[in-house]
Amino acid sequence: MSAPFGRRLCEVAANKTSGGYRIFSLLDREGPAPDPGQFYMLASERSWGEGGGRPYLPRAISVAETAPAKAGLRLDFLVEGVGPGTDRLCELKPGEGVWVAGPLGNSFSTPKEVNPDAAGAILVGGGIGIAPMAIWRRHLVERGIPLRVLLGFRNQEHSGGLNELFCAGDTLCPDVRLATEDGHTGHQGYVTDLLATMLAGDDATSAVVYSCGPPAMLEAVRALCAENDVACELALESPMACGFGACFGCAVPKPDGGYMRLCVDGPVVRGDAIAEVAHA
Amino acid sequence: MPDFCGIALAHPVINASGTYDAIAARKVFGDALLEEFPFSAFVSKTITPEPRIGNAPQRIWETPAGMINSIGLPNKGLEGFLEQDLPQLAELPVPLIVSVMATGRAEFAKLVEAVAGRDEVAGIELNVSCPNVHSGLIVGEQPTETEALLETLRPLTEKPLIVKLTPNVANPEAVALAAEEGGADAVSLINTLKASAIDPGTGAPALAAGHGGLSGPAVRPVALHQLRTVRAAVELPLIGMGGVSSGADAAEFLVAGATLVAVGTESFRDPQAGARIAKELETGVYGARSGVAALDLE
Repeated sequence: MSAPFGRRLCEVAANKTSGGYRIFSLLDREGPAPDPGQFYMLASERSWGEGGGRPYLPRAISVAETAPAKAGLRLDFLVEGVGPGTDRLCELKPGEGVWVAGPLGNSFSTPKEVNPDAAGAILVGGGIGIAPMAIWRRHLVERGIPLRVLLGFRNQEHSGGLNELFCAGDTLCPDVRLATEDGHTGHQGYVTDLLATMLAGDDATSAVVYSCGPPAMLEAVRALCAENDVACELALESPMACGFGACFGCAVPKPDGGYMRLCVDGPVVRGDAIAEVAHA
Repeated sequence: MPDFCGIALAHPVINASGTYDAIAARKVFGDALLEEFPFSAFVSKTITPEPRIGNAPQRIWETPAGMINSIGLPNKGLEGFLEQDLPQLAELPVPLIVSVMATGRAEFAKLVEAVAGRDEVAGIELNVSCPNVHSGLIVGEQPTETEALLETLRPLTEKPLIVKLTPNVANPEAVALAAEEGGADAVSLINTLKASAIDPGTGAPALAAGHGGLSGPAVRPVALHQLRTVRAAVELPLIGMGGVSSGADAAEFLVAGATLVAVGTESFRDPQAGARIAKELETGVYGARSGVAALDLE
């Protein structure tokens, strides 16, 4: 389904702290429900570009969850303030306006769409990249598809969203395993340690891996899946000015040469459709 | 209704080349794009004789009130454009202007002949000013080169030939004059300004190409000044662009002597910016405030 043409003003319904992150909700009265993996271009109505400063360009943010709302759809976004744009989004106040374009980009494929023999899904999220894993997890659960969720964080300061996105009541959902580099909760180490162990097991070869997170983690996920002959879909991130194919800024190298535009050819890409996930 | 080189347009706002992919936008937004098309004419992304994949990422960098880009003119080449893109662009509800660029006069001539020969094409913009490709800089920086190029291309078509000027010269009016002498029908300006940024995280140049072109509101006063300078030097119709984000911005360029205004970077922020700016011009909301309410757009 096409996104509504142009951008529209949505009202901030809520914005709260979640660990080291913020979760804010917008009330969207016009757009179709997004598919898991899709993103929106967001810019606050005020204090964004006017006055000659930054932020200037809208920011591409994956949707973390949706829910029916009075006269529309509630869109939830998980953000961490890492620059002028995300800092501004973290400060959104209920009632103020946000310019929204989307839903944009493609979305995750079901395990059987990726591999007809696939029996289940393994979701691997890192840091702020747990966001699209949340909405995808819910969709998979609703379809009765078996899944495991592996989530990793650097440390307590750079973590959040679990209570709102991966808990039933006060308890972490039973399909979710955690890894933290500082060991403050869950396995001490990388989330990809958990994935490596899981892929070494017999039942994992019939799973499809879905992942979103920092580039180094995504590259590790891609390489692990390639080694174990397991298909994967990765939700990538790239600098992006427009989100609808106009700016050609979000180039990602393809294995056979040339580039794809992540906004219209992604943000979800098959592990074997890219050369590697570029990371510092 | 503005008349631009004999082409009647519904309003004076078009897009800047390379800032709107109407084919991709139609896939994203559906046929609503055609029903509410934001521009009164559509300028294609620049095509070159052979396909180009474009520059390695990182390609864009946000700056105060703007951005730097070094995209590198990715395109399907002449053959791919004619076969794959042109039929789709022909479905747009507005006249089509095709932007072309080549490394030499013979290649430029090949492009112009092939493109001008198609009924779907209303006009041709000559990209002699793109700062990302070395050859473009040379022609657009030299009045003699520009005039010689026009003298080669002018006999090939009666369709409007628009020369897009680079702002990265001391005297853009000299190049505009050369374009006029060579037989150009119009001049468009400005292309992006040469610019660099350092990534504070790495201490290295932010863009993989090392540098790029600055666009957005940050460049608007520079663009407006160059337009006024060129206006004083030539008789040709002008397309003014550079950071136009509102009707008030567009009015500045029209008052300074542009026939049309092109919108580029603002479309990244607002896919319907062209239509919004055209409406703001028409209703004069901003014009009244800025003292150009009497602007006659007919």
